[in-house]
Amino acid sequence: MCLAVPGRVLDIEERDGTRMANVDFGGVVKEVCLEYLPDLQVGEYAIVHVGFALQRLDEESARHTLELFADLGMLQEEFGDPWELAAREGGFVFPSDLPSDGDAEREEAR
Amino acid sequence: MKYIDEFQDPELARRLLDDIHATVTRPWALMEVCGGQTHTIIRHGIDQLLPDQVELIHGPGCPVCVTPLEVIDKALEIASRPGVIFCSFGDMLRVPGTDRDLFRVRSEGGDVRVVYSPLDALRIAQQNPQQQVVFFGIGFETTAPPNAMTVYQASKLGIRNFSLLVSHVRVPPAIEAIMQSPSCRVQGFLAAGHVCSVMGVGEYPELAERFKVPIVVTGFEPLDILEGVRRTVRQLERGEHRVENAYQRAVRPEGNPAAQAMLEDVFEVTDRAWRGIGTIARSGWKLSERYREFDAEQRFSVSGIRTLEPAACRAGEVLQGLLKPHECEAFGTTCTPRNPLGATMVSSEGACAAYYLYRRLDLNPAPARLEASPLV
Repeated sequence: MCLAVPGRVLDIEERDGTRMANVDFGGVVKEVCLEYLPDLQVGEYAIVHVGFALQRLDEESARHTLELFADLGMLQEEFGDPWELAAREGGFVFPSDLPSDGDAEREEAR
Repeated sequence: MKYIDEFQDPELARRLLDDIHATVTRPWALMEVCGGQTHTIIRHGIDQLLPDQVELIHGPGCPVCVTPLEVIDKALEIASRPGVIFCSFGDMLRVPGTDRDLFRVRSEGGDVRVVYSPLDALRIAQQNPQQQVVFFGIGFETTAPPNAMTVYQASKLGIRNFSLLVSHVRVPPAIEAIMQSPSCRVQGFLAAGHVCSVMGVGEYPELAERFKVPIVVTGFEPLDILEGVRRTVRQLERGEHRVENAYQRAVRPEGNPAAQAMLEDVFEVTDRAWRGIGTIARSGWKLSERYREFDAEQRFSVSGIRTLEPAACRAGEVLQGLLKPHECEAFGTTCTPRNPLGATMVSSEGACAAYYLYRRLDLNPAPARLEASPLV
């Protein structure tokens, strides 16, 4: 939750009197509030935390961080399905986790 | 240097490490404040790459972990009520209350929803005018401004079926409390970068001076941590105690003035209880008088809920840097991510979770292997 992720502003619009943007986080696009960085423009990068742009970031640093997060699987942690994540952590077994018949045969063949 | 090839820029990592090794002449204990930094350190084995004289102590900077048990119990009580839609960030779902968690509340029929942003909760309130929508407002100075903005918006748009269960905390009073503890061993701080993105560095010079302790604002990528350690150790070796900003790409000295102004409008500073640590004076925020009507504790009359924390969970000592996670008797045995005693074992930024995730095989082979298999 405290993770803040760099993203690139794709477009900006006014909603309910609030400046909002679509922001691209290495392929995942989320709606982000720009009220705390009111002069942020399309194409610029910012550090975004829980849907709010908090500080400008230069493009090189932003790309660097995004690559690192993607490598570490942290973007999945941040933007994946939280219920599924919580269930897995809690030991719930999903049908897709169970080996299919094919897996079992391969296992036996070994 | 077994792990160094895994760094994004191994050559730079090596140079930073060489410099740290060349600088250190005696033992130093540094505290990384932010839970995200703790995970980076354990994940990349940074503590093992540093000279033996440099000890990293994990700090209280995981917002989920420091949220008191009784606040979790209040959340569970509100989330169980009919007519309530309870919204939270995903990492609160499995934090144990006294006898259940939010995950369980939903399986029992409670309307618990995970949102990406607090503004999503406000939208849910707009779409469901017949229901009460409550957002679980926890976190440090990074998360508080978004939540403040959401309350401000609710007020501006006249959305009356929205409220915030507030348990916001502030870093500087926690640093002060740690330094004042008689058992404190911390000699330097790696301050939490994103907290400073919002608040700037203005609160730290007084602390650095009063406690004669270097404070280096540090990011949370592996190279950021090495640079933070390098600068802190360098100051210690020279007998200095300044505030330095080693995370300039994301931290301006003044922070984010718009966010600070909103914090000041919506919240006021208050004493706050920290899980396992106790109450720290002026260490948190509550809604200011003007926005008190959005306080979920008042709206749902749960202020009376008082809960004692379980004695078996030693998260408080872990959060103060007095105990390493694997030194706790319950670690990896009665306390695992599947059956956590405390939040430090489930939070994505918790120190216990970091030790369990990245070191489980060397520390506790048998139970870890059992846990790792989904079929057992």
